[in-house]
Amino acid sequence: MSKSSHLPYWIALLIVTLILHFFPGPFSALVKYPDSLVLGLTDPMNDAMRWFVDLFGPLFKAIGWLLEWPIKLAQWVLALLPWSVTCVIFMALAYAASGWRLALFALISLLYMACIGYWPQSMNSLAIVLISVPMAIGVGFAFGVWGFRSARAKRLIMPLLDLLQTIPAFAYLLPILILFGFGTTVGLVSSILYAFPPMVRNTILGLSSVSPTLIEAGEISGANDRQLFWKVRMPAARNQLLLGVNQTTMASLSMVIIASIIGGTNDIGWEVLSTMRKAQFGESLLAGFVIALMAMLLDRISYGFATQDRRQLSAGSKPKLPHYVAAAVVILWLLSLVIPFLAVWPEALVIDPAPAMNLALENFILNWRIALETIKNSAFFFLMLPVKIGLSQAVSPFTWGFALTPILVAIYAAICLAAAAWLYLSRKAGAAVALLIFAAFAYISLTNIPWIALLALFVLLSYQTSGTNLAIGTALGLGFLLVAGVWPQSVLSLYLCGVAVLISFSLGTLIGIWAAGSALVSSIVRPIIDTLQTMPLFVILIPFVMIFKIGEFTALLAIIAYAIVPAIRYTEHGLRNLPADIIESATTLGCTQRQLLMKVKLPLALPAIMLGLNQTVIYGIGMLVITALVGTNGLGQRIYIGLGDGDFGVGMTAGIGMAIIAIIADRITQSVSLKRQQKLGLKMDIL
Amino acid sequence: MTSAASPSSDVKLSCRNIWKIYGPDPNQYFTNRNGNIGSDEDASKHAAVIRDADHIVASANVSFDVHVGEIFVIMGLSGSGKSTMVRCLSRLVEPTAGEILLDGSNLLDINKEELIEFRRHKMGMVFQNFGLMPHLNVVDNIAFPLELQGMGQDERRKQAQEVIELVGLEGRESSFPSQLSGGQQQRVGIARSLVVKPELWFLDEPFSALDPLIRKQMQDEFLRLQRELHKSIVFITHDFMEALRVADRMAIMRDGEVVQIGRPVDLILNPADSYVREFTNDVPWELVLTAGDIADTSRKRAKGMGQISKNTNVATLLPYLADHEAGVVVLDENDKDLGVVNARNVVAALASGVMDPAQVTE
Ligand SMILES: Nc1ncnc2c1ncn2[C@@H]1O[C@H](COP(=O)(O)OP(=O)(O)OP(=O)(O)O)[C@@H](O)[C@H]1O
Ligand SMILES: [Mg+2]
Repeated sequence: MSKSSHLPYWIALLIVTLILHFFPGPFSALVKYPDSLVLGLTDPMNDAMRWFVDLFGPLFKAIGWLLEWPIKLAQWVLALLPWSVTCVIFMALAYAASGWRLALFALISLLYMACIGYWPQSMNSLAIVLISVPMAIGVGFAFGVWGFRSARAKRLIMPLLDLLQTIPAFAYLLPILILFGFGTTVGLVSSILYAFPPMVRNTILGLSSVSPTLIEAGEISGANDRQLFWKVRMPAARNQLLLGVNQTTMASLSMVIIASIIGGTNDIGWEVLSTMRKAQFGESLLAGFVIALMAMLLDRISYGFATQDRRQLSAGSKPKLPHYVAAAVVILWLLSLVIPFLAVWPEALVIDPAPAMNLALENFILNWRIALETIKNSAFFFLMLPVKIGLSQAVSPFTWGFALTPILVAIYAAICLAAAAWLYLSRKAGAAVALLIFAAFAYISLTNIPWIALLALFVLLSYQTSGTNLAIGTALGLGFLLVAGVWPQSVLSLYLCGVAVLISFSLGTLIGIWAAGSALVSSIVRPIIDTLQTMPLFVILIPFVMIFKIGEFTALLAIIAYAIVPAIRYTEHGLRNLPADIIESATTLGCTQRQLLMKVKLPLALPAIMLGLNQTVIYGIGMLVITALVGTNGLGQRIYIGLGDGDFGVGMTAGIGMAIIAIIADRITQSVSLKRQQKLGLKMDIL
Repeated sequence: MTSAASPSSDVKLSCRNIWKIYGPDPNQYFTNRNGNIGSDEDASKHAAVIRDADHIVASANVSFDVHVGEIFVIMGLSGSGKSTMVRCLSRLVEPTAGEILLDGSNLLDINKEELIEFRRHKMGMVFQNFGLMPHLNVVDNIAFPLELQGMGQDERRKQAQEVIELVGLEGRESSFPSQLSGGQQQRVGIARSLVVKPELWFLDEPFSALDPLIRKQMQDEFLRLQRELHKSIVFITHDFMEALRVADRMAIMRDGEVVQIGRPVDLILNPADSYVREFTNDVPWELVLTAGDIADTSRKRAKGMGQISKNTNVATLLPYLADHEAGVVVLDENDKDLGVVNARNVVAALASGVMDPAQVTE
């Protein structure tokens, strides 16, 4: 990937940027996108939606009414079940999926839900998940089989899945809300829509990776088409399909929690949200912990089934289990008729540590106020503000302790030029230009940079990493943001997400390198990132919002906490799974540990690390939208506003804008990784 | 393509002018579905034309007969079209042109239902990579073809048990494929292919994935099974020594075409061209050549000469001949006198590969 061939374009970009910024003159339309060129997309979109609702509204209302019944039924059943019986059922599932330890975990989790007093809310959320998962699996499986059977269908389905998975979860809610009206169905429908794509992918992957010999063996044994599918292909693809079930379950839970944002439902997501809004952080943390436990439990159970060895399954090691469970259920149920304690967790036994927690938190914040403020302010003044409004405005006596005099600007320019010159002389022309562009952008800032320069930057980047097609796609996508009038919000989103991704990626890569070198570090880091990854997004917000209150800094930390996961994971994975012969030969050549890492391992692991960057970006964007809850500006906020006002046009343009940014970032980072993979002759898959 | 003497029994399976072409439009090259292009040379030229047009010729004008109870081996280098050929016979792959006659009727004419019926009862196949169902244990894997026929569980397990004993897998019934060694897995594969009591038995490189020692052992067992079962067999291998061990007759393939068909000894003694000779070069002939192959009919037996069966191989014979200048009389199954062999005949045959010792000048 040599920059040299594209160097003239980059230099041109630098010059044009500087000219436009300092001497806009007649070109001010290129600096700030003129309002007159913004097409009012929101009104026509709202009109179209209104027309659609007028036409099909009753149909959707009817579907919604129908869908409400299974949820009501599930909620009714779960509410009716004595908590002790539910416990036993979950423990049995956990035991069958994995063993005693998971069963114990299930018991503890459910006991926590009961004794913290969130049992009914937990069961209400669980009910929606229980209904939505089979439906999402059914839909996903059907599409998967279709895509597997017909190449044309697959070509149609795959991009659609890409789109569905990049549209931020929030944005799903809006059209569904408008079509179905308030109620639990919104949660159900949005969670089905959000959760079925992984099932489709896994179904197609599983069915088509069955070994051809197995198929031939089936045919030769005299299987007809139906038998070939159900008796050969399906069982052989079992584990992949169950992995799909696992992913679908997690996505479903995540969306059910997010959907509670529309309110009016007595579920655990709403509990977190409403307490967070009332600044009752103790309560919110306790409820968030319920969600976390539920997520881990569902994940471990479904993952346990997916990876289970067939031997355990059919070797009949637990043949009596169903009988024992049935017996236990019946006995407990009967007992709970006489012993009320077993039926409904008594009020008196509900523990409420929330007030104490709130007090402790207040004390903590009071005691550490100065330290916390310092952290927050320095991050804000020295990192976020400069990126947001530029060194030109961020440096002031109030923030940095001194004013940015013309002399200082000149010194800044001189240092940058000198560094660039030095790089140029050491034959790193590309790096020199990159440094200058970076310096210019840092001075001017993302929000003040002429829009045409930012657009050109991304188009150039696409062109260089992938080629003309992506460059055109990028230009069109960003063009939409301009025309739709969401450019300023997009830039704000870009700023927050960009800073978070940069930090997550650098920090994550370092941690990944460390973990790859040390079994101890790895064994500490692994469970943490596993847990973070299964967490429904807004649970991650809670601890940060508790300590740092609402604001961009909290959002930044939350995004980093989530987006750092893939950076760590891929780096460690990439470093640990290098071809052993290469490492051995490098060692015999006399590499020191350090040389081995810098000269052999890291370059070889680069495709994996770049794929990690790709996932970091995707995770970052996913979290970014959720952080609108803690008061960030940008596209997320507009989606949130659209949701609040029921304004389809506003929410949707922002949602589409977010998807566009996600797709462009995904394509650029992915093609960088792909190029490295091809160059090294390696193949990497998304973990 | 040279033909050779065939055994006396009836023809079970006969394939005639089989072609299999991969590419965008294979059918354009055949006006005649029976694949008969003319002479062997014409066919070779036709194959070259198709190749030049960017199609892959996996089988070109392949014809051979498999007799009842015979082990017919197809041998050739990787990519020579062996698997394609055996898949054409079982119609896992549809031939582009040609005829496959089973007991005289064309297998390519039957419809899908009939084909499934046919596979369920008349045909068994063993795969190089075993192709065992990972989710079924040994018994259920073996009983799988019976399950597909809709047979009840008890009955099919009973029948599976019989073949389990046949291949020596007793005690492993409830193991899963992942718990078995390669050799054991292939025994399961063999048992599964035999459970429907097929008349035709296809084996595509059944032992290639196994260690040499296990391979030898499995070949012995395969031969033992065949002595009991008398199937009509098409056996694929790329290992010439394996072919020599198991074959009654064999075909050598190159680039989709059959180069030579005959008994192993015919190929060794009269290779059709340098391609075949390449294979035969490394063969330890003294193990392959038998007294019957080199018996000199022109000599008469003399008084006091020893007698020996025609199946005795030369390695066994040589020490005896070293001490008995005059040689030994060779007898066939019916104790009929086939001629005489002496040390000189043997050395000449080993050295030159010429079968007729009369050509050796004395
Ligand atoms: N589905 C297919 N599409 C295109 N070409 C094919 C296909 N199947 C086989 N071929 C080609 O046909 C030729 C013969 O393949 P075949 O598998 O029959 O060889 P083989 O003799 O069994 O080799 P091996 O010893 O490696 O198994 C090869 O050149 C192969 O690439
Ligand atoms: Mg083959």
